[in-house]
Amino acid sequence: MSFVTGLRCRECGAESPVAPVHVCDVCFGPYEVVYDYQAMRRVLSREAIERRPRNLWRYRELLPIEGEPAIGLHSGFTPLVRADRLARALGVRELWVKDDSVNHPTFSYKDRVVSVAISKAIEFGFDTVSCASTGNLANSVSAHAARAGLDCFIFIPHDLEQGKVIGSTIYGPRAVAVRGNYDDVNRLCSEIADKYGWAFVNINVRPYYTEGAKTYGFEIAEQLGWRLPKHIVVPTAGGTILPKVAKAFHEFQHLGLVEGDFKIYSAQATGCAPVVTAIHQQTDLIVPVKPKTIAKSIAIGNPADGFYVLKAVRESGGWGESATDEEIVQAIQLLARTEGIFTEPAGGTTVAVTKKLIEQGRIPRDESIVISVTGNGYKTLEAVTGTVESPFEIPARLADFDELFARLRGNRHVSAG
Amino acid sequence: MAQVRIPTPLRKFTAGADAVSAQGSSVAAVVDQLDKQFPGIKSRICDEAGEVRRFVNIFVNGEDIRFQQQLGTPVKDGDEVSIVPAIAGGH
Repeated sequence: MSFVTGLRCRECGAESPVAPVHVCDVCFGPYEVVYDYQAMRRVLSREAIERRPRNLWRYRELLPIEGEPAIGLHSGFTPLVRADRLARALGVRELWVKDDSVNHPTFSYKDRVVSVAISKAIEFGFDTVSCASTGNLANSVSAHAARAGLDCFIFIPHDLEQGKVIGSTIYGPRAVAVRGNYDDVNRLCSEIADKYGWAFVNINVRPYYTEGAKTYGFEIAEQLGWRLPKHIVVPTAGGTILPKVAKAFHEFQHLGLVEGDFKIYSAQATGCAPVVTAIHQQTDLIVPVKPKTIAKSIAIGNPADGFYVLKAVRESGGWGESATDEEIVQAIQLLARTEGIFTEPAGGTTVAVTKKLIEQGRIPRDESIVISVTGNGYKTLEAVTGTVESPFEIPARLADFDELFARLRGNRHVSAG
Repeated sequence: MAQVRIPTPLRKFTAGADAVSAQGSSVAAVVDQLDKQFPGIKSRICDEAGEVRRFVNIFVNGEDIRFQQQLGTPVKDGDEVSIVPAIAGGH
């Protein structure tokens, strides 16, 4: 059974029945799903959740579908990794990495939102799903559409990394590369969504889609042993995940599943930091920018939910910082070499920003910290190519290896003993 | 005349039309002219202070007016003005 009672505009409070609509008729504000928490409180407990399968649907009362989920039965419940070696490198006591680089089936947090969006699209009776994407979302929509047997159109900027293009087209969608940046693709898709009767996961089914992002926060709280982290750093692109992680923590508090408070921090690339700039300038006005960064998956210059990121950060007492491309690449390597986790530039941004916030004293060294890793580095090899050591090439002879080894042992940067 | 693309939430003003023509040498003038043809539409696009609402984006020939001269952005004959809800996107 469902606890959804309808949709409500976050700005003016206008209400709507459940339907594939995303903006309020009156003020263009975003619709948000409304739940009956009173009724939910009677059935939802830590024990009830713990008995369920380890996927994102274990929190289904807090997700906006009516019947049984159609897809995503293996998505979510990714590892929360205790990161002691990275903690030592950053000089902090308790550090965790929530690792969605291994989410099923397409290795990013998008498998959460898409599982919910496509399950909902099927309930609405759509036969075609679509999205505007910088890559990860298109990968996930393509894979889930294939498994659900739906037609699929994806729209991407023309200059994406090869891994992210093939990572979609392998599943057989119609892929359209648009000459322009993500914001151009997004504008075009808003117009296409208006004209064609498709479920655009991040446009007309967006109120349901964004709810899926809460599961990232639910899992963190559950995996920490039903407590909230004191500090959590989350990357910001369009601004979906950060406010939804805050909402997840608030819902768990409201339902009596966790206690305590948290501070939430936004991480952006310096080459595309409209939200962090607004945090620093203490204004509500987010001035859009033309992105210029290697962190393409978070290169959104005109963030739809940027305002709600500001709100969530401020309400929690958090802050925001940005990282340069060089700092992002260093942070990708730092995470790989301390924790064995290879993330894409968005994750590098989050690690680099966490480091900065600790050095600035914004995040204290003796409280629990979670770093949000939302995507996988194997998709964006271009970002680090040329920054890591190339293999040593030798003939297939022991003498040649002996010679190489002796040479490497003399080099104190290489440990081969 | 400029061609103005009308998003779904505003089509109740335009009798369902997804594109209409409007005269004006700037975005502000085009919006004023739209309001003469379709009374009430301006109050959905602009707030009480006359500024474009937070959740509305306007483009002239595909270029966001916030990168140009906001409501003062010039509009020429044959230009395409798009009014698009801001809430969209993921990545």
